[in-house]
This record gives sequence, C-alpha cells and structure tokens, in this order.
Amino acid sequence: MVKNSEEEWQLRLYVAGHTPKSIKAIDNLKNYCEQHLSGKYSIEVIDLLKNPQLAEDDQILAIPTLVRKVPEPIRQIIGDLSNEEKVLIGLDIKSFPKPKSTKKLENGG
Amino acid sequence: MQLKDDKYILLKTPTGITGLDDLTQGGIPKGRPTLVCGSAGCGKTLLAMQFLMNGITKYNENGVFMSFEESSDDLRTNVSSLGFDIEKLKEERKLVIEHVRVERSQLEQTGEYDLDGLFIRLGHAIDKIQAKRIVLDTIETLFSCFSNEAVLRSELRRLFNWIKSKGVTAVITAEKGMDSLTRQGLEEYVSDCVIILDNRVIDQVSTRRLRIVKYRGSTHGTNEYPFLIDEEGLSVLPITSLKLDNLVSSEIISTGVPGLNDMFLSGGLYRGSNILISGSAGTSKTTIASYFAHEQCKNGEKAIYFAFEESPQQLIRNMRSIGIDLEPHIKKGLLQIHSYRPTLNGLELHLLTLSKLIRDFKPKTVIIDPISNLISIGNPNEVNSMLVRLIDLLKLNNITALFTSLNPYANSDFAEDSISSLVDTWLAVRDVERAGERNRGLFIIKARGLAHSNKVREFIITSSGIKILDIEKGPDGILIGSERSVEPNKID
Repeated sequence: MVKNSEEEWQLRLYVAGHTPKSIKAIDNLKNYCEQHLSGKYSIEVIDLLKNPQLAEDDQILAIPTLVRKVPEPIRQIIGDLSNEEKVLIGLDIKSFPKPKSTKKLENGG
Repeated sequence: MQLKDDKYILLKTPTGITGLDDLTQGGIPKGRPTLVCGSAGCGKTLLAMQFLMNGITKYNENGVFMSFEESSDDLRTNVSSLGFDIEKLKEERKLVIEHVRVERSQLEQTGEYDLDGLFIRLGHAIDKIQAKRIVLDTIETLFSCFSNEAVLRSELRRLFNWIKSKGVTAVITAEKGMDSLTRQGLEEYVSDCVIILDNRVIDQVSTRRLRIVKYRGSTHGTNEYPFLIDEEGLSVLPITSLKLDNLVSSEIISTGVPGLNDMFLSGGLYRGSNILISGSAGTSKTTIASYFAHEQCKNGEKAIYFAFEESPQQLIRNMRSIGIDLEPHIKKGLLQIHSYRPTLNGLELHLLTLSKLIRDFKPKTVIIDPISNLISIGNPNEVNSMLVRLIDLLKLNNITALFTSLNPYANSDFAEDSISSLVDTWLAVRDVERAGERNRGLFIIKARGLAHSNKVREFIITSSGIKILDIEKGPDGILIGSERSVEPNKID
C-alpha cells in the first residue's frame, strides 16, 4: 500500500484543549491510520494550550492541524479531518497509486 | 453618574510619531485596535513599526510585531535603517517578532477548524514579554490562505475582541480596497480608530497624506495632513494643531543696514517677527538679507541662510566685494548657509528640512532667499498651507525671519499674495529710472506695530556696503541720483 514500507509515518496533530473539534480530529486520525498505515505510524498529539511555544515550529494558525513530518515533504491538513478521502489525498496515502504520485514518492524517498 | 471613573475616560497611547499625537490629541485608543490602511508602499508598516519601537524606547511598553508578509530578516533591515537595534531589543526581552508564514499550497482543508493557533501564538508572545503594544501586519494575507471566508471572518471578529480583552494597544494594517477602506472590509471589525495613508501625485509633486477617518469617542483633526518619510521615519505636519498663541517679544533688533533702522521710529524690527523684501531682479535683495544675517551673527546669535540661487561660496565672495565677510561667522558656528535648488524637494520636505535644522541648530534668525522660488513649485493651496505652517513654526520658536521675493514685474510693488499678507513687515526695493540713469529706492509697505517712514529712500551700494542716502528736497520733491547737489559716489 505504502511505497516506502520501511519508513515510519510520523504524524503530529496540533490541538488546543479538549474541544469537540480536537477530539473528533484525534478519533478520525487514529481511525484512518489503523485502516491504511497499520503498524507503520506514530501520532504525536500536541496541546498548544500546554505548550504554546511549539506553535511556531510548524507555523500553526488553524486548530486542529495535522502535520505529516515523515515521509517528506511536510504536509499540513487543517480541520477536524471528517472527510476521509481528503485526508488520504492530503497525506498522500493511496490505495490506488496514480503514476504522478508514485513518481513523487520515489523522489521524496 | 461618576464620569470620573477610569473606565469612562478614553485613555490614549502615544505613538511617539511627530505630529500624529497632536492630531489625535494624545495618541491612539489605549487597549484597543487601530486600523491603518492604505495602498502598497504608503508607509503602513513603517507607521506600525515606529509605534512599536517608540513604545519600547520612549514609553517603556514592550511590543510584539506579528508579520504576515515580511520575514524577520527583512523587518530587521527595515527597522535598523531607522536606527533601532532589533536584536538588542529582542535580547532584552522587550520585543518579539513573529513571522507567520502560510502557504496555501501546503494546506488541505477538511472539516471544521478555528484559528486558535494564531490566538495562542499571539497570546504566548504577549505573555512572554508582558507586551502592551502589538502590530498585525498585514492580517488580510490570511484571506488568501484559508478558503473558508465565513470561518475567517468570524475568527477575525473574535481576534479583535480578544485583543480588547487582553488590554493591548494594537495597530492593524490593511491594504486599501477598491470601494471600501480595506480590501477585506476589516473596518467592520476594527471600529475604534481608522487612519488612512495615501500617496498622491499632483502636478508632478508627490505628497504623502494621512487622514483620521474615525476616532470613536475622541475629537481629532479631520483634514488630510501631509506626512513625510525620511531617515527618522514618519512625521506628520499638522496645520491646525499650531495655534496663534505664541509669545511675542517687544525686543527691537537691528537690520544691520545703516539708515534702514532709522526708517522705523523704534530703530529696528521686532525680534521674532518676519520681514519680506520684494523687488525685481538686481535690486539688492540678497545684499540686504546678507546684511541682516551679518548683523545678527556679529551680535553672537545663530542664523541660517537658505540660498536657493547661489552657492555658499558665491554668496560669500559676492558679499565680500561690498565689505561684508560672512566666513568668520561660519567658522565660529554662528552661521549656516544651505544652498540647493528648490525643485529638489516637494514643499513639505522643505518645511521638514527647515524644521529639523531649526530644532538642531536653534537659530535666532532664518533667511530664505528667495522664498518666491518655493512658491513656484506647488499649487496655490499647498503653498499657502506650507507658508502658514512655516511662519507658525518660526513664530513659535521666536525666530526672526527674513524672506526675499522676486518681483517679476518691474516698477510695481508685487509679492505673491500668499506671503505678503502673512508677513509682519514688508520692504520693497525698486529701480527708479529717470533721465538716463537708474537709481535704487527702498521703502516700507507695511510694518505691523512699528511706526515708519513713508518716503522712498534712495540707496547706493559701494565697495564698503549699502548706504541709504539722506533725503534732499528740491522744488519738485525729493531729488535722486545726479539731481542731487552732490552726486553720490558712483561708477560711470
């Protein structure tokens, strides 16, 4: 499913407190990862209310924001991640690889 | 009702920008957002930056600059050109610069979101240094990053309310829109104070202008005011903030021209008054002006001579030929001669240059030779307002001023209305042509508060200077030139 199978997907989710949006985003993300990246991912949830200084690193403005740190390039998805299709496209997780995206991944890896 | 209660009084935060605090009678609303809008390149970021820097250096209020456009490096360069050391202020924990960079291409959007991240970053920066002032430059950039405008708008509204609740004074910059004050209608959210900056070219002269569109709960100057950007940043030149309540002096000072003093009953002119000498070309206006400067410097007083037609060396040489040596005064630091072509700058820049020289050099006398050259570079309205402000500036500082004005019409007493009505004393010099010779005459057209002679006095210029001749009466009136019983010393 994923081209570079040895690489672990490092995902970071920025939230601010336990808001419904944050909880929804965490649930959605875990769900998708289990389905598509099982065993090859790690999720780091950062609560900016506790660590506000971390917002600067990834230029976070919107909450929630999901950042794909690895594999590169870094990608961001904002919102509660309720649309699975969009999240998969945004993260470049494809169960049906297109020629264009395959090339991209090879370059990136 | 207790109106004295603090919360009913509109508190103001001084910007520290010359003139702007006069216009707003104290500054922008304290603890509230102020919107500064204008088209590209008209000085919004500069105004915001000065507000912040002055806060730190003059009013001991720390500041956060949140830039959505320029990177920290660019900002540092821009600010250091104004003479502020950003790195040092950052180290001293007085300033935080946050560069917010968002690229839409990196963003995928799905589901609900808000801008808490922005709030948290801003709040964190404010709390880190206990900031009292913040700048958001230019927050409208966000509109190109987030596609959901409804969310963005409600978040901006929340942001501005949050800024108020934080009690920080904020300057928010925005681009001018086509048919609204700002491109994204930010004025809807920031309604306490709105300032517009503008840069217009009229008759090939570019003038920057500032206008306070709105200032809730406070009176303010409503006109458009010219402002300037130079190496010290931005300064506004309000016209109406100067009132006619300056102190007046009754001290009499000498004009330096022997005989001219005697044409006034008082024996001279009031200190702090302004004098206009008008006349056609070659009627010795510059000579009289130099005499005046020479006399003040001889008494140990400082003078500035603006020569718009001659270089300092030429002026010194020419005056030496009639026995006046200005050079020792320059060496002693009593006299400054500034020569440049008036067309070099717009009127406003002249006025600012003048006011800065006056502030730094603190002269007792200012000579502008000729002022008519300044008048020719602007349209009548601008000239008028500039001259009024110039004269106010001089009077406020109790500086005696002498202007010369070139009269383009021979044999009439003409000076631009804009100046002749403003000055206190008006002397006219003219050529009197009669019986194959030209002689020089001098007379007083007006002298506010000074009793004066009504005669046209003949004067000559020799290698030892100006001499005003005694009146000699003949059967048909006053005799001049070779009609006199003893012809004055001249070259045939």
